[in-house]
Amino acid sequence: MGVSTMLVTNFNFTVAIFIAMIGLYIIVGQGNLIKKLIGLNVFQSSVFLLYISMGKISGGTAPIHFEGDSSFSNPLPHVLILTAIVVGVATLSVGLALVVRVQESYGTIEDDQIRQLDLDQENPKDA
Amino acid sequence: MSENVILRIVSKFLIPLILLFGLYVQAHGDYSPGGGFQAGVIFAAGFILYGLVFGLDELKRVVPLSTTIILMAFGVLLYTSVGYLTMFLGGLFLDYAHLAHSEKHGHHYGILLIELGVGITVASVVIAVYQIFTERATRDGG
Amino acid sequence: MFLRDLLAVVIIAGVYSLLMAAIFTQLDAVDVAFTEASVGAGISTVLLLATLALIKNQKADKYEWRIPAIILALLTGALLLYSVPAMPLFGNPQNPIHHHVAPQYIQETPEIIGIPNVVTSVLADYRGFDTLGEVTVIFTAGIGVLLLLARRRTKKQ
Repeated sequence: MGVSTMLVTNFNFTVAIFIAMIGLYIIVGQGNLIKKLIGLNVFQSSVFLLYISMGKISGGTAPIHFEGDSSFSNPLPHVLILTAIVVGVATLSVGLALVVRVQESYGTIEDDQIRQLDLDQENPKDA
Repeated sequence: MSENVILRIVSKFLIPLILLFGLYVQAHGDYSPGGGFQAGVIFAAGFILYGLVFGLDELKRVVPLSTTIILMAFGVLLYTSVGYLTMFLGGLFLDYAHLAHSEKHGHHYGILLIELGVGITVASVVIAVYQIFTERATRDGG
Repeated sequence: MFLRDLLAVVIIAGVYSLLMAAIFTQLDAVDVAFTEASVGAGISTVLLLATLALIKNQKADKYEWRIPAIILALLTGALLLYSVPAMPLFGNPQNPIHHHVAPQYIQETPEIIGIPNVVTSVLADYRGFDTLGEVTVIFTAGIGVLLLLARRRTKKQ
C-alpha cells in the first residue's frame, strides 16, 4: 500500500499526531503561561486519543459484561488513560497555583517579560 | 436581584440530585461505567455549585478546610490499610482473596473499600483546591 | 490559540474536552469518556476560571509568530508521520495488543472476581497498586496547592 493510503486508513494515528503537534506548538510557541498550560492539556488529550484508538476493535462494544456478550474492546488502555486523565488534572491544578504565584511576584504572565525582569534584576546587582 | 433568586431555587433543587448521583456512580462502579474517580469529581462538583451560588463563606461553614485536609489523608489511609489488612490475614499486599470467606466476596469487599477511599480523596482534594483558589481571590479583591 | 481574550480560550478548552469525551464514547471507552467529561470539561474549566479571576488581567499579548517553534512542530510531526505506515491497522482484532493479557482479564473477571465492569476490575484489582500510586499523586497535588496558595491567618478573633 502506498504511504498516503496508509495515512488515510490509519487516520487515527494521523489525527493524533496532528493534534499533538498543535499542542507542542502551543507549549513552545506561545508566550502566555495559561495558554501554555492549555497547550499541555491539548497535547495530553492527543496521547489519550492515540492509546484509546489503538485499543478499539471494530464491531466491539464497551468492556462491560452483559447478557449475550460479544467481542469487547481492549480494557487495558482504558485503565491507563483513566489514571492519566486524573494525573493530568492534578498537574494542571498545581501549574495554575504556580501561575498565580508568578503573577504576584512578577506582575505578568508572558514569558519574555518575565525573562526581561529577571535579567534586569541580575544586572544592577552585579554593579 | 431576580437572577440570584432563580439561581438559588434551581440549585437547591439540583445540588441534592448531583450528590445523590455521585453516590450512585460510586456504588455502581462494578456494574456500569463509573468508579471512584468519577464519583469523587461529581460529588465535589455538587459542593462547588453550592459554593458558587451561595458564597464562599457558606461553603466554608459546611465543609471547612481542615475537614477536607483530614478527609484527603483518610482516603489514602483507607486504601493502604486495606493493603496491610490483607497482609495481616496471610496474603500479599492488596491480595483481596483473603478478606472474606469466599474468593468472590473477598474481591467484592476489596474493590468496594478501595473505590471508597479513592472517591473520598478525590472529592476532598477538588473541594479543597476550589476553596483555596476562591479564598485567595476574595482576600485579594477585598 | 490566536485569541487574545483568555476567557474565550478557557471556554474553548472546555468545549474541546467535551468533544474529546464524545470521541471517546464513540471509541467504546465509556469509563474514560465519563472521566474526561467530568474532569476535563468540569474541573479544568472551573480551575482555569478561578485562576483568571485571581490574576486579574485577562488579555494576552499580541500574538507573534515564533518561527523556530513552527519549524520544531513541523519537523517532529513529519518524523512521527513517517512511522505511521508501520503501525497496525485501526480496529483490527488481530493486533498484537489484544493477545497477551487482555483476553485473560476479560474472561476471568466474571468468574474469579464476579463483577461485570472489566475496567473497574482491572483498575481496582489486577492493577490495584497503580491505583494506589495515582491516589497518592492526587493527594500530593492537593498538598502542593495548599502549600503554594493558602495563607495563614495573621489574627485570630
